[in-house]
Amino acid sequence: MIETQNLTKRYGDLTAVDGITFKVEPGRVLGFLGPNGAGKSTTMKMIAGFLNPTSGRALVCGHDVVDDPIAAKRVIGYVPEGAPSYGEMNVRQFLDFIADVRELKGERKRSRLDDVIERLRLNGVLEQPIETLSKGFKRRVGLAQAILHDPPVLIMDEPTDGLDPNQKHEVRTLINSMAPDKTIIVSTHLLEEVHAVCSRAIIIAHGKILADATPAELEARSRYYQAVSLTTGNIAAAKDALSQLPDVRAVEIDPQDHRITAFPKPGKQIFSAVSEMLRAKNIAVSELQLESGRLDEVFRTVTTQEAA
Amino acid sequence: MSAIATVFKRELASYFATPVAYVFIVIFLVLAAAFPFYLGGQTFFERNQADLLPFFNFHPWLYLFLVPAVGMRLWAEERKSGTIELLLTLPLTMWQAVVGKFLAAWVFIGIALVLTFPIWITVNYLGSPDNGVIFASYIGSFLMAGAFLAIGSCISACTRNQVVAFIITVVVCFLFLLAGFPLVLAAFNSWAPQGLVDAISGLSFLTHFASISKGVIDLRDLIYFLLTIVFWLYASAVVIDLKKAD
Repeated sequence: MIETQNLTKRYGDLTAVDGITFKVEPGRVLGFLGPNGAGKSTTMKMIAGFLNPTSGRALVCGHDVVDDPIAAKRVIGYVPEGAPSYGEMNVRQFLDFIADVRELKGERKRSRLDDVIERLRLNGVLEQPIETLSKGFKRRVGLAQAILHDPPVLIMDEPTDGLDPNQKHEVRTLINSMAPDKTIIVSTHLLEEVHAVCSRAIIIAHGKILADATPAELEARSRYYQAVSLTTGNIAAAKDALSQLPDVRAVEIDPQDHRITAFPKPGKQIFSAVSEMLRAKNIAVSELQLESGRLDEVFRTVTTQEAA
Repeated sequence: MSAIATVFKRELASYFATPVAYVFIVIFLVLAAAFPFYLGGQTFFERNQADLLPFFNFHPWLYLFLVPAVGMRLWAEERKSGTIELLLTLPLTMWQAVVGKFLAAWVFIGIALVLTFPIWITVNYLGSPDNGVIFASYIGSFLMAGAFLAIGSCISACTRNQVVAFIITVVVCFLFLLAGFPLVLAAFNSWAPQGLVDAISGLSFLTHFASISKGVIDLRDLIYFLLTIVFWLYASAVVIDLKKAD
């Protein structure tokens, strides 16, 4: 359980995080979205106890991160941006060090080490210096140190940033496998990630929360939500026909691939009307699709609107 | 306490995980052994005395360049590689991290110092030196190294650039070394009250080390070095806390 109340961080005149309040329950994965410099990392650093808030507070499992930092840090697993680790150590030494700092001992230490080594498939590289590992393995080591003590709270700052698609998939699978019994915050600027792992998303820009909803709710805000796209040889006729439908608000043609998209009036469903109209007018389509809403478009709208 | 030990262990092991440790130790031993035989008014043999005074007399100057080289990486590297964020979000206090890292570097220098033992064997072979004085000198030398290192720790915490940390540490250590000498005091004599000038001259590493290396272990000299170490480590913790966001 993570709770922040009016969390604020100022650097001189610059307000990096401006009164952020939210609450995440166990079993939830909160996605932190926002453009670069929006205050995502700063917020996470404050919750993880690295930076002190200028005002407001953060509670992790009931422990205030400023008043009782050690208790809070014990229940947190934190992956800082870039998942840094001590390059000159080998993987085994590094994990051993983390286990010692986390006060894991004896049988528990052994079983936890075995568990994370197995989960992150580090077996083949245990004796290698971390600085000689590939980026994907380095990231896994960074994740391994965070989950070594089986923390109830996990905070990950852009855990998939810079990884190849397969590695991204592995990290997301890992997050999903831990999701049911942990409280997790993941920051990202990859919108596909929100679908893949998050049960809830917060969009922040300029240090403020601009949206706080489930991924589906966010998508519903998209202009494209319930819109219908199609590809046809007969563009002019199709555009004409679709414009006549009563529930269609607008019809646009993509300048690049000439794909036609019909946007519904608010709250209306137009898919069956569109397909019937096309059949009636005898317009052949090579592809017809119901859009589910585009997160990237919502993201852009939300974050640029506020800036202006 | 065990957290300090854990940080200490990791840090000390990391010195020996890279060639840095071996390069440092070899250079330290070569210089520490060569200077007393070749430099100075009266060299080791010319004195015709079985003591290690010429050996210890060079330690302040040796430390002036070698200790900052050890101290520069203490925090600058953590900052540069981002591991500072990892270290300070582990369940440790700032003080445990600062002290654990400092002790590791200090013990590392201590290891280099202990490895100068052949010169002690040599002087015992050649004559019968006062081993009590030699022992006291080793203690004094080690304490002085600690004081240099604590300064290095604090300055290393100010920057992510190790070269900058090294150069500034050398300059600050140099000022402390010569605090009792005209070079430094002249800057204060003209305007500062006599009390301040006396206070500054009392800060000189050389003066405090000189009495220890003559075999006089004065409690005040020991306390001076220990207080210097504590002060600079405290300053390190403050600086790290202030500059974490950078």
